[in-house]
Amino acid sequence: MLCQECQKNSATLHFTKIVNGKKTETHLCDYCAKEKGDHVPGSNSYSIHELLSGLLNGEDFFSNQQTSRQMKKKSLHCPNCQMTYEKFTKLGRFGCSKCYQAFGERLDPILKRVHSGNTVHAGKIPKRVGSHLQAQREIEDLKKDMQRYIENEEFEKAAEVRDRLRSLQGNEVDKGEGS
Amino acid sequence: MSLERFISEAISPWMKREGAESDIVLSTRVRLARNLDQYPFPIIAPEESSYALFQYLQKEFQDQEYADKGKLEVIPVDDLSQNEKRVLVEKHLISPHLAEKSNYGAVVLSEDEAVSLMVNEEDHLRLQCLFPGLELREGLTFASYLDDWLEGKVTYAFDEKRGYLTSCPTNVGTGMRASVMMHLPALVMTQQLNRILPAVNQLGLVVRGIYGEGSEALGNLFQISNQMTLGKTEEDIVEELQGVVQQLIQHERAAREQILESSKVKLLDKVNRSYGLLSHSYVMESKEAAQLLSDVRLGIDLELIQGVSKNILSELMILTQPGMLQQYAGKGLTPDQRDERRAALIRERMQLEQGSSD
Ligand SMILES: [Zn+2]
Ligand SMILES: [Zn+2]
Repeated sequence: MLCQECQKNSATLHFTKIVNGKKTETHLCDYCAKEKGDHVPGSNSYSIHELLSGLLNGEDFFSNQQTSRQMKKKSLHCPNCQMTYEKFTKLGRFGCSKCYQAFGERLDPILKRVHSGNTVHAGKIPKRVGSHLQAQREIEDLKKDMQRYIENEEFEKAAEVRDRLRSLQGNEVDKGEGS
Repeated sequence: MSLERFISEAISPWMKREGAESDIVLSTRVRLARNLDQYPFPIIAPEESSYALFQYLQKEFQDQEYADKGKLEVIPVDDLSQNEKRVLVEKHLISPHLAEKSNYGAVVLSEDEAVSLMVNEEDHLRLQCLFPGLELREGLTFASYLDDWLEGKVTYAFDEKRGYLTSCPTNVGTGMRASVMMHLPALVMTQQLNRILPAVNQLGLVVRGIYGEGSEALGNLFQISNQMTLGKTEEDIVEELQGVVQQLIQHERAAREQILESSKVKLLDKVNRSYGLLSHSYVMESKEAAQLLSDVRLGIDLELIQGVSKNILSELMILTQPGMLQQYAGKGLTPDQRDERRAALIRERMQLEQGSSD
């Protein structure tokens, strides 16, 4: 088998990862594995500090309209803790939880880099703080279920799901008006 | 009272239970980073704010019981001597950051030391749960329950889009770092590890030596953990880690077989020489001790050495750290004195093993 990176040498390293039954395989030659390892976040050379300062000075994301963006960057700050975006990129740390809102989409390229292209949370939702979001996710899931039942012409089941959906949506509306 | 025990005993009670795959996986850790929504993050928090958070949490936790873990003990970092802090770091119960850099830092420990809650670390709360052997799935379940219990006491900083909000962008989302401590002597000996590690990195996992600086891994002990925390569920992160750890276990077992087949006598010689050195030396640096202990542990696992307990590696690795040695001596020691003390301590421990095996 050939190395998937260089397509030249034969692959000597084989790893599979299985998530929810989906299988991904990695096949590399010694040389490419070494090469890759040097650039992968999390190898020893990596630090969040370098990463962020690299982003601030880097052309990758700010190449166009450099000057106008620089102006904006200076004024961007968190109204709650006064942390500026610039200071954040130097420290590599946020000042408070409101910083995330304040810096908004400016964080996307950083998060993408650190988290393999991801910017949106998919994990646990806290019971109390996140009850609304939990309901939202359930509603989305039920909608998908209902669609599937309709496509399969399982209308009785679809109706059941629809009723559950209605009661859930009803609850959500009540809550929204109450708060 | 129990502070004394946390400090004086090298082996935490939770380590005495044997976990799954314990010939290769020494322990599993699940850590969750959490913050409260009303306080600035510790890195920029004014003293009053850190103090207020400390007081608030102390009230919430003091003398609380958690599940079957018994009573929780709140230990303010400022109440500890320099060396006591060091010992808790060596036992992995607190981080170096909490020991040295925190304002009004504290640690909440369960009696069996399997649960450690750091307050005013880089984040307001760092929940850490420790397990023997490979127990990632159980560990996640346990940590998640503990997290729910905590959420009953405090209001977390959580955002629909970004998840649990943390001081460092590398932890945001799940705030979870799951890690597994592995003993991989055969992969190091056969020089396969250097080839394997980059591939593991490529799968989004981090591998580092547990003791020692930089890439040098003393005692052939490695920690494998997830790098990314955002965009995947906790379950998926744990499954991926579990999968790779299983493969590393297979590689290590195969390498052990291979060495046994190709050079059994050499290996028999090596592990027994190491055993001899540990039993009869009068001066020993920590680096040498780590290597010899790793050899002996391998010998035990391959049944080349009989009558010595498996725990010897993890126990003596902790027991012979500088802070522990000084705690036993009851005073500060120079590096030379430490090397003598270390050798003496290991000698005694080996004699104890020989005595009990007859
Ligand atoms: Zn290649
Ligand atoms: Zn802020």
